[in-house]
Amino acid sequence: MSYDVIIGLEVHVQLQTQTKIFCGCSTMFNPDHPNVQTCPVCLGLPGALPVLNGHGFRLAVKTALGLNCQIAPYTKWDRKQYFYPDLPKGYQISQFDLPFSHDGHVDVEIAADAKSGKAASSRRVRILRAHMEEDAGKNMHDESGHGRDSKVDLNRAGTPLVEIVTEPDLRSSEEARRFLEELKLLLTYLDVSDCNMQEGSLRCDANVNLHVHQPDGSKVATPIVEVKNLNSFRFTEQAIEHEIARQWKWFQETGIKLGDKGGYKSTRGYNPDRGETYILREKEEAADYRYFPDPDLVPVLMSESQVAEIRREMPEAPALRRTRFESEYQLTGYDAAVIIDQGREFADYFEGVVKSCKDGKQAANWITQDVLREIKQREQTIAEFAVRPEVLGALLDRINQKQITIKSAREVFGELLSESDEQSAAPSVSRIDEIVAAKGLGIVEDAGAIDAAIAAVLGRSAKAIADFRGGNEKAIGALIGQVMKAVKGADPQTVKEKIIAAMSQL
Amino acid sequence: MLSPIASLSLSTLIEKLQSAELRSVDLTTAFMDSIADHDARLGAFVHLDRDVALQQAADVDAKRDAGESQGPLAGIPVAVKDVLCMKGQPATCASRMLKGFVPPYDATVIAKLKQAGAVVIGRTNMDEFAMGSSGENSAFHPTRNPWDTERIPGGSSSGSAVAVAARMAPLSLGSDTGGSIRQPAGLCGIVGMKPTYGRVSRYGLIAYASSLDQVGPFATDVTGAALLLEAIAGHDPLDSTSVNKPVPEYSKTVDHPLAGLKIGVPVEHFAEGLAPDVEKAVRAALEVYKSLGAELKEVHLPHSKYAVATYYLIATSEASSNLARYDGVHYGHRAEKFDSLGEMYEASRGEGFGDEVKRRIMLGVFALSAGYADKYYTKALQVRRLIRGDFDSAFREVDVIAGPVTPTAAFKLGEKTSDPLSMYLSDIYTISANLAGLPGMSIPCGFTAEGLPIGLQLQAAPFEEERLFRAARMYERETDWHTRLPPMAH
Ligand SMILES: [Zn+2]
Repeated sequence: MSYDVIIGLEVHVQLQTQTKIFCGCSTMFNPDHPNVQTCPVCLGLPGALPVLNGHGFRLAVKTALGLNCQIAPYTKWDRKQYFYPDLPKGYQISQFDLPFSHDGHVDVEIAADAKSGKAASSRRVRILRAHMEEDAGKNMHDESGHGRDSKVDLNRAGTPLVEIVTEPDLRSSEEARRFLEELKLLLTYLDVSDCNMQEGSLRCDANVNLHVHQPDGSKVATPIVEVKNLNSFRFTEQAIEHEIARQWKWFQETGIKLGDKGGYKSTRGYNPDRGETYILREKEEAADYRYFPDPDLVPVLMSESQVAEIRREMPEAPALRRTRFESEYQLTGYDAAVIIDQGREFADYFEGVVKSCKDGKQAANWITQDVLREIKQREQTIAEFAVRPEVLGALLDRINQKQITIKSAREVFGELLSESDEQSAAPSVSRIDEIVAAKGLGIVEDAGAIDAAIAAVLGRSAKAIADFRGGNEKAIGALIGQVMKAVKGADPQTVKEKIIAAMSQL
Repeated sequence: MLSPIASLSLSTLIEKLQSAELRSVDLTTAFMDSIADHDARLGAFVHLDRDVALQQAADVDAKRDAGESQGPLAGIPVAVKDVLCMKGQPATCASRMLKGFVPPYDATVIAKLKQAGAVVIGRTNMDEFAMGSSGENSAFHPTRNPWDTERIPGGSSSGSAVAVAARMAPLSLGSDTGGSIRQPAGLCGIVGMKPTYGRVSRYGLIAYASSLDQVGPFATDVTGAALLLEAIAGHDPLDSTSVNKPVPEYSKTVDHPLAGLKIGVPVEHFAEGLAPDVEKAVRAALEVYKSLGAELKEVHLPHSKYAVATYYLIATSEASSNLARYDGVHYGHRAEKFDSLGEMYEASRGEGFGDEVKRRIMLGVFALSAGYADKYYTKALQVRRLIRGDFDSAFREVDVIAGPVTPTAAFKLGEKTSDPLSMYLSDIYTISANLAGLPGMSIPCGFTAEGLPIGLQLQAAPFEEERLFRAARMYERETDWHTRLPPMAH
């Protein structure tokens, strides 16, 4: 028997607004000073009323457009009612039957795996809906074991969230992780969320079950399990892996199918220390949230022209940019992905370099290797990196203009960096030429000097010449090296060509 | 014994204050004394802060002495229903649940009162969380009708109505969700108005049923009500449901009669259940309008028979949600004994809420529950649109609709407490204005043989408060019902 893995995700994303969704309080992450970012509205005091943060709503629309969703022309706010200490009004303002957006998709590319021999693949994940809601506060329980009071911090209460619900289109834990990575990339590109998982800006619930193949060709489903509150990509992947194994074992032992007695939908948590999921609610009782339209808020109407206006403000989505990089700059899919996956500022940096040097491939080589290595070493973001794109572009342009060699360019690059480390100032383009001049790194165009050096080297290298002629192509390397040593700044390609020509005339 | 100042009309009081013939401190003191004399019997107030009130009055006097500009209600005492938040003053909604709760902010109407220079003289009793029609549901003490202290004053704004009726304040604010201003105004023989939904900000009004609640004025005469509404009305960015429309200066036009006034007389409001003496007084009032040149026209509100049922589904549904925040966690009453979070919720709410509040919460929870919401809540919303439709058609034919405020005059304390349904029916004529979002007002139009006041209800199309005031004032000029004082105030 074999099985298919069926996974759907519900992702809560915190929108990057200055103020909360229904009041003017700050959304800053501030766990050390509880309950300071609060007011009558987000405290749920008697008489206080919510007013929608228009900017937050626009960010939500951007998010949905990035997910290729349809934007509803009419959307309203509903109250989701339940009692919990972190929910000061006794209900959460959310969206029930008329979410502001629906029916989108995200394409996820899964790289080939050399180890398992699995080919690269891609998966279109349909988005069922994305709706907006307010976040709850945070309960803080006494963990001393002395049974002291629990406390509630309402700084987070009322932070704007978008909940993104996928169709059950994911087929492996790896696909789920890749979906989340792609989603995070998209949302950070769009500047709608910082997706900081440590601060809870992105949280995920995973619905997992198996479709087990039967001998007669049919499939039966195992009971659906919702794993709640996964707060890292790695934990999501691990929790799903564990769930797959656990459900498979359970099914083989009991044969219990979804809908059978004992085959109810259940809710589990994930313990990363043990690498296991654990039961939260055995039998998913259809929780009755008694949703109804919030009479304190008015519906939101979105015209096509308002949607078009928001669309115009949106930056290019990462998937589109990846494809464009491949076609416009002739990058390999791999290089394009490396650059895009580093985030929007990094991709902007790349395009800045290309603008100055007019050579996408050269720029990609440097950026994916030298630049990436340096910023990782320095633990910097690309925005903090001292060599600005126009300077790197100018340096690469000098290679293409055959003014310096690649080797010399690396030396200049290293020098620029160490200078900026000392002076903590970004170097200018003119500094490149000063370093080239000071170190004598300019390519020597003096053909006479090169010819003379070649003649001298060949004169004392009979063995190398014989080796080369005998078919050992590597032998020429030593000859080039000697000539380059004699004529600093000579272009190695020119030297190589001249040596071959000279040898043929010997 | 009533002080001579306390029985003056609001316009006269304003004139005397403006001409410096009267100081606000003296005026406020006179009303404070009136409260001291009568309120032990009437129970209209739940919180008085004499020092704060006199300080506000002294500030107004000082400003006037310094020649500074003054708000339109400068120095006038106003009593406010215990449902409106005022910074630093307790706000309990006459519930054990909120005993000791002191809001850290002003309701928008309170801020506007302060801007207008009014002196907040005290907080008035009410049915708990504005749920009730008799004033008997206060967790503290019932309020009594000054015309007969064995009788109820109506509710839920019982204290605000009685404060004005017994001349313990010249003006007061109430809130009206299904008749809670108009009904007690009618039963106490004063003027009360529920404005159009969205005319007055609800920010800081402790919610009962958000889509129905409106704050409105009580006064001894139409002009007073017009002045007070003018001061509190207007768009508020803090209330998404408040409407951005300019506020007319009602007090400037209130004395202009309406030529060619067409008055709709709803057949359904003169049907079975209407007490004969009430019907007689209301019909007599219609005759007064006729004598003033108004045209009377029969109109039909065919869906009004569903109004009470519709109201008790929508209002209780919203209430069940609005009152969920009183859970003992963040503020308000928390039970002493509990062993778990669930028990804390149950005990705190069980102890904090009175019976009527619990009854309505349970009704609302039921009406919104899965499997029932379509049958009850959603259906009620559909009927609500039909009720609004009835009024829209009627107002294509007439300018105002006139009829009784209540089916009977004030009943006895305890008479209906064991029969909630008959209590609910006392709002039968007022409830549809809330469902339709219309403005409505109650003005005195006579007395029963037993000497109990009878109210005339006038309703108009949305945002036609100006027309209502003018129509009401036309009648008031011709009659003296509003000048009569309850026996205990003599
Ligand atoms: Zn706030």
